Amino acid sequence: MNTDTHAAHADDHHHGDSRAHGSFSTYMLGFVLSVVLTAIPFWLVMSGALPSKQITALVIMAFAVVQIVVHMIYFLHMNTTSENGWSMMALIFTIVMVVIALSGSLWVMNHLNSNMMPIHQMTGMK
Amino acid sequence: MTVAVNPTQAGEPVFYLADEHPHPEGYSTSLGFWIYLMSDCLIFAILFATFGVLGGNYAAGPAPKDLFELPLVAVNTSMLLLSSITYGFAMLTMQQNKTAQTQMWLAITGLFGAAFIGIELSEFAHMIHEGATPQRSAFLSAFFTLVGTHGLHVSCGLIWLVTLMVQVWKFGLIEANRRRLMCLSMFWHFLDVVWIGVFTFVYLLGVLR
Repeated sequence: MNTDTHAAHADDHHHGDSRAHGSFSTYMLGFVLSVVLTAIPFWLVMSGALPSKQITALVIMAFAVVQIVVHMIYFLHMNTTSENGWSMMALIFTIVMVVIALSGSLWVMNHLNSNMMPIHQMTGMK
Repeated sequence: MTVAVNPTQAGEPVFYLADEHPHPEGYSTSLGFWIYLMSDCLIFAILFATFGVLGGNYAAGPAPKDLFELPLVAVNTSMLLLSSITYGFAMLTMQQNKTAQTQMWLAITGLFGAAFIGIELSEFAHMIHEGATPQRSAFLSAFFTLVGTHGLHVSCGLIWLVTLMVQVWKFGLIEANRRRLMCLSMFWHFLDVVWIGVFTFVYLLGVLR
């Protein structure tokens, strides 16, 4: 075993520590962003400021997605390098699974009746 | 992870760990805990999907509009958000080795968390008192399962928080306690992320419906 590999391993030993830490300013920035991103959707729904419900729904969903990203970065300290990238890999895998489960369930369950035999044909069957 | 390639075996790279070296205790805890959180995320995804499918089936019972009080939900949301930032302060003071201040911020976090659970339980009690029980409709079953599971997680987080405060009080900010506080930090912030989904998709979109 040469000294080079030892040096590489000494680096490896820090992975427990490799999760990034925040500072006071990043926590406060995340907090202020979260408050704003929470307050606006509540205000939109409670005041009915936007003309149509569909637009309001899309806007508050967009705010939720942005706020989740803000929490991930400023509170959970996600980045592409922590744990040699494995936590990002686990996150991406989970997001793929969540999107499949959510969109698949909603899509299938909302179209349950599409391919069913119409009632009047079914009553004719003996 | 370094895959050692032994240069003496001419031209034949070795694709396995040639040296299983010892690791310090808990070196992989944060990655393992992160993977646990991701699996927890899948549980919530399924509950969200269930709510998404059943959320409109009121069975002629009360609809979100009749049940949800958005000002109360806003207060609840701010409780959880405040507890997130105070936990952040606990982590910052922990890094500066200030035991007393860490304990103080942990206690404040616990109070905000307890306030969140208290408001949620009183909301549930109010709904059940009005006859909006989990048995009333598919919408209410899905609602109580999703929001109740989140509340259960926060309650477990509170028990964990008190346990860690006792640990820190007895043993100080030793390496093991720092690791545990970091895991709880991820857990706590993760629950706040799930709550973003709850207040958006259950409460706000429910009232819009």
